[in-house]
Amino acid sequence: MAHTKQRRENMTALMFIGVGLFLFTVFIFYPQVKNVYMAFTNYNIMPGSENRFVGFENFKSMFATGGTFGNSDSFMLALRNSVLAVLVTVPGQLILGLVIAIMIDRVSHGRLFYKVMLYIPVISSWVVVSILFKYLFQDTKGSLINYYLLKLNLISHPVAWLQNTWTASAVIWALCIWKGVGWVIIIYNAAIQTLPKELYEVSYLEGANPIQRFFYITLPLLKKTTIYVVVQLTIGAFGIMIQVMLITAGGPMGTTETLNSYMYSKAFTEFQFGYSSAVSLVMGAVVIGTTLLQRKLMREEK
Amino acid sequence: MRKKQRSLQIFLHVILIGLVLFSIFPFLYMLATAMTEDSYTMPYPPVIIPKSFYFGNFVSAWTSSNFARFFMNSLFVSTVSTMLTIIVSVMSAYGFAKINFTGKNILFNLYIFSMMIPAVLSLVSQYTVLNAVHLIDTYTGLILLYVSGGIAGNMYFLKGFIEDIPAEYEESVYIDGGSRWTVLRHVILPMCKSSIATLAILSFMGSWDEFFSALTIIKTESKRTLPIAIKMFQGQNATQWGLVFAASLIALVPILLIFITFQKAFVKENEGGGIKG
Repeated sequence: MAHTKQRRENMTALMFIGVGLFLFTVFIFYPQVKNVYMAFTNYNIMPGSENRFVGFENFKSMFATGGTFGNSDSFMLALRNSVLAVLVTVPGQLILGLVIAIMIDRVSHGRLFYKVMLYIPVISSWVVVSILFKYLFQDTKGSLINYYLLKLNLISHPVAWLQNTWTASAVIWALCIWKGVGWVIIIYNAAIQTLPKELYEVSYLEGANPIQRFFYITLPLLKKTTIYVVVQLTIGAFGIMIQVMLITAGGPMGTTETLNSYMYSKAFTEFQFGYSSAVSLVMGAVVIGTTLLQRKLMREEK
Repeated sequence: MRKKQRSLQIFLHVILIGLVLFSIFPFLYMLATAMTEDSYTMPYPPVIIPKSFYFGNFVSAWTSSNFARFFMNSLFVSTVSTMLTIIVSVMSAYGFAKINFTGKNILFNLYIFSMMIPAVLSLVSQYTVLNAVHLIDTYTGLILLYVSGGIAGNMYFLKGFIEDIPAEYEESVYIDGGSRWTVLRHVILPMCKSSIATLAILSFMGSWDEFFSALTIIKTESKRTLPIAIKMFQGQNATQWGLVFAASLIALVPILLIFITFQKAFVKENEGGGIKG
């Protein structure tokens, strides 16, 4: 009897989760599995073409020079840029966000106003703000950044920001920090509000100065939030893609390409679907690894 | 002491106002550029305060550059995606929260695991799937990707709220002869109204701004949604920044209006988990 009852429950459940399960299976789960398979073939999108199993060839050509497609130089560049983006934008957003969150916590009026205004870049479309930054950093003397730098005599002639690898990368990083910091502020500000007031009162009585209070009370208490923020920002920085596509299109000479933008252009401009899947598999492993590390660290904090 | 407090407050406000200017100044500059008549060179010195209320760029972006069409495309795709997302997510969340079916834990973990993989990484294989069923260059294909992509996360988000509803409410419906559908309509929906509304707003904004799936799936120019239309437009009209920014503002304004209307929810929304733009 219990058996039929369970069966009835299963049928009812299917009515509720069935459509979702179907969509999830066909458009999310199956593509994720297929992605793994594709990474080991020289997948071709053309109908009727055979997809030959190539073993670890796609992965080899990422890391070893030479190889079938000769991809390793461009992959290494993309990898370098993604790692640099993490190393620059994560600490940048983290430190700025924390400092600003504390400042907002300390003001007596206008907290909501400041949080809302600083959140506007966060909700704005990546496409729009990427084009906007491209405009701010044009190479003419009339572009906003060059104009003010010339006015302040910091440069003697207009800088061609987007035509040089490092200045172009700096523009991409600046955009990430400018757009992302508002999110960090909101998260930290909310966490700060939950910190126990008593500890601070005691520290006042014992004569601790603000810097000591920050390093010995605030920072340790915010450790869990910090782990969460660092992991989210790291995943975000590895995801950099639209910015590159719209600001530099990977240029000059593919030297500002990141892993994601590289993966996309390999698939949809060079039609190397198999190789591109292999790159996305490497990215996926990095992201999942980062998330699992976060879970482990969070559990240890508890 | 009080004087010291006062000067600290003034100091903090000055810095914070500076930061606010820093975060919104680029938008004001964009607005000023959109309100300046295009010439084929960049204006020198840069226009920061518009000289007159010139709306020519908006008019020409909306009419001759087809942005009225792209706006309607985006509105259609986002509205349909949001509606379907809500229906599928609420039903899934209810199933996972209140029904004990075989294999629930495995399925739940599968949903959660798939969530860890960023959507864009599956785009290549999703493209091959849509290609196989002839859904490339259709809104059906694009909307299916949007709805499917949200299921796991939305189910997880709503499940918690539904689980918190005491079983007595549900039991009283059964005593009155109601079914699970009655429960869903008369208990779950009214009691989760605000979390469903949050989900709707986020889902709408998400599809409105979505770029890579739309870029990959939609090929025909007249079917483009706003983000791709703006990108293509910028590519073709490299020096007509006024026109490009007028088009960008057309895409940005609805999002800003939603944000300003629900600002408190956004800033509070993030206190628990945090949703990143």
